Amino acid sequence: MSKGTLFDKVWNLHTVGTLPSGQTQLFIGLHLIHEVTSPQAFAMIRERNIKVLFPERTVATVDHIVPTENQTRPFVDTLAEEMIQALENNTKENGIRFYNTNSGNQGIVHVIAPEQGLTQPGMTIACGDSHTSTHGAFGAIAFGIGTSQVRDVLASQTLSLTKLKVRKIEVNGELSQGVYAKDIILHIIRKLGVNGGVGYAYEYAGTTFEKMNMEERMTVCNMSIEGGARCGYINPDQVTFEYLKDRDFAPKGEKWDEAVTWWGSIRSDADAEYDDVVTFNASEIEPTVTWGITPSQGIGISESLPTLDGLPENDKEIAIEAFKYMQLQEGQPLKGTPIDVCFIGSCTNGRISDLREAAKFAQGHKVANNVKAFVVPGSERVKQQAEAEGLHHIFLDAGFEWREPGCSMCLAMNPDKLQGDQISASSSNRNFKGRQGSAQGRTLLMSPAMVVAAAINGKVSDIRELH
Amino acid sequence: MSERTIITGSGIPLIGNDIDTDRIIPARFLRCVTFDGLGEQVFADDRSAMNGKHSFDLPQYQKAKILVVNANFGCGSSREHAPQAIARWGIEAIVGESFAEIFFGNCLTMGIPCVTTSSGNIRSIQNLLQENPQISMTLDLESLKVQCGHYSSTVKMDSGARNMLTTGKWDTCGLLTKNIEEVKATATKLPYLSW
Repeated sequence: MSKGTLFDKVWNLHTVGTLPSGQTQLFIGLHLIHEVTSPQAFAMIRERNIKVLFPERTVATVDHIVPTENQTRPFVDTLAEEMIQALENNTKENGIRFYNTNSGNQGIVHVIAPEQGLTQPGMTIACGDSHTSTHGAFGAIAFGIGTSQVRDVLASQTLSLTKLKVRKIEVNGELSQGVYAKDIILHIIRKLGVNGGVGYAYEYAGTTFEKMNMEERMTVCNMSIEGGARCGYINPDQVTFEYLKDRDFAPKGEKWDEAVTWWGSIRSDADAEYDDVVTFNASEIEPTVTWGITPSQGIGISESLPTLDGLPENDKEIAIEAFKYMQLQEGQPLKGTPIDVCFIGSCTNGRISDLREAAKFAQGHKVANNVKAFVVPGSERVKQQAEAEGLHHIFLDAGFEWREPGCSMCLAMNPDKLQGDQISASSSNRNFKGRQGSAQGRTLLMSPAMVVAAAINGKVSDIRELH
Repeated sequence: MSERTIITGSGIPLIGNDIDTDRIIPARFLRCVTFDGLGEQVFADDRSAMNGKHSFDLPQYQKAKILVVNANFGCGSSREHAPQAIARWGIEAIVGESFAEIFFGNCLTMGIPCVTTSSGNIRSIQNLLQENPQISMTLDLESLKVQCGHYSSTVKMDSGARNMLTTGKWDTCGLLTKNIEEVKATATKLPYLSW
């Protein structure tokens, strides 16, 4: 059993008590909601005649269903319009802060909460979305929940949970050229498996993460769930504090000093005990791309696809299924595979530093003729900042479309979808069958820079070879 | 809330590891403000791809109550729409090699037990259900056993979750709202709530 880790400290501090079942009643410091997983929860509390207990601790935005081309209301999709209206009504009725489209603050829930300083170290954060693990980048215990649990947080500001074990994932060393936070987390998932993290919180430690900026750390923590870990976190440090300083909801004045002291105190102790420790060397990781239908089916760009004979027994069946679905052959290189669609965005890689890096490579190039490429900023603020820096011109000149903020083709609940068996190079987080809106659609996950390389060459490419 | 101790009925095998919640209920069906109607859309794309040969389309499994799955079932998105769709189709319990955590939690809040057993036991049960779909299955949460015809195996479940089901206390909302004073007391200990 872990002891003295940030996870233990934050868990203990937020424990209300032990429920008759033996589960812990855990206080939730920040509750984020969006239009997809909350309407039924509001209906449930309405049915029970319950009022929201701490309306000021819940913050709402709309992200999954928003169109990225034309956001004029009412939305063309009447179902999407019904959902946004439900959220407007529910937040108004319950006195919950809501960042609607065109507020200047709307965006993907996991982009806006950090950028406004809502996400802070030492908090417990829950949201009806599995990528809530993103907020762990700040040293918060953050995890996704279902709709009945959204109901529970609205009603009691608490959840009934079983404590997780803690695995320290230590990565040390410098990142090689062309290797990003995305490659690190894809590599970790590849090595530990999609269910390796079930029952665990992941603590990412080591010099590689210490040197990352907050947006890179968010990319890493974001995909913890793809490795089965419901939450992943990084101990807060000077990088965290500098990011938070002066943000809208960050403490100010004397409170700031008080906060920094407290944030320092919740870091994992030097002699903390972990349930498991795994170590990687950053210099061994190269640009990584997924080839299959689970995020653990990835390879370094200079490797060939695995052969069935070379795979462990347990991985064979899903590999056979993946080769068939992806129309790929075992043992072949992935590099050179023609691409139809390129997507830059999502809660994994839709932040300003992602767009800056992508623009750096897009500049002076043209998207290949047969490729549809588009950039979806993670939030209205990201879009505004990118435009202030002229990044949109770089993308537009190169032949990318420049869109309005939202989740977009990460999960294709809005009109942005693959068609038929189109194959995408995508900076998002899931390559599941049908994930990007077509039942035969195929997804290759990679870093934003690698998506740009694929867009320019019209095929899977190595960013290190793009001149 | 009623106690969930013994679930009896026919079973339905669903073969495959890492079946994610996007496959259980594709995202386009999440464009809704209630869970009504999700039962018809469960596994929509997989079923369409299999042209009527998906377990959920085979006539012999139409009245099944116990779903038998392989490893890491329900991984991916936290959407409760996934277990809601499975439940609305008629499933009351799931036996598998392993489950993704959020999916497991979602099932628990709906009163649906997800129990685990070895991959060998799962394959045996799935084979039995394929050979004889009419065979009766019983999941007993008290003795932690699953019976499939004459085949019996032990199953596992987190004790807290099991207690909630067997004592009928899986309505977490009811339990959590009983302790509002303690919740407020905990809030006063959190420095950031006053910043």
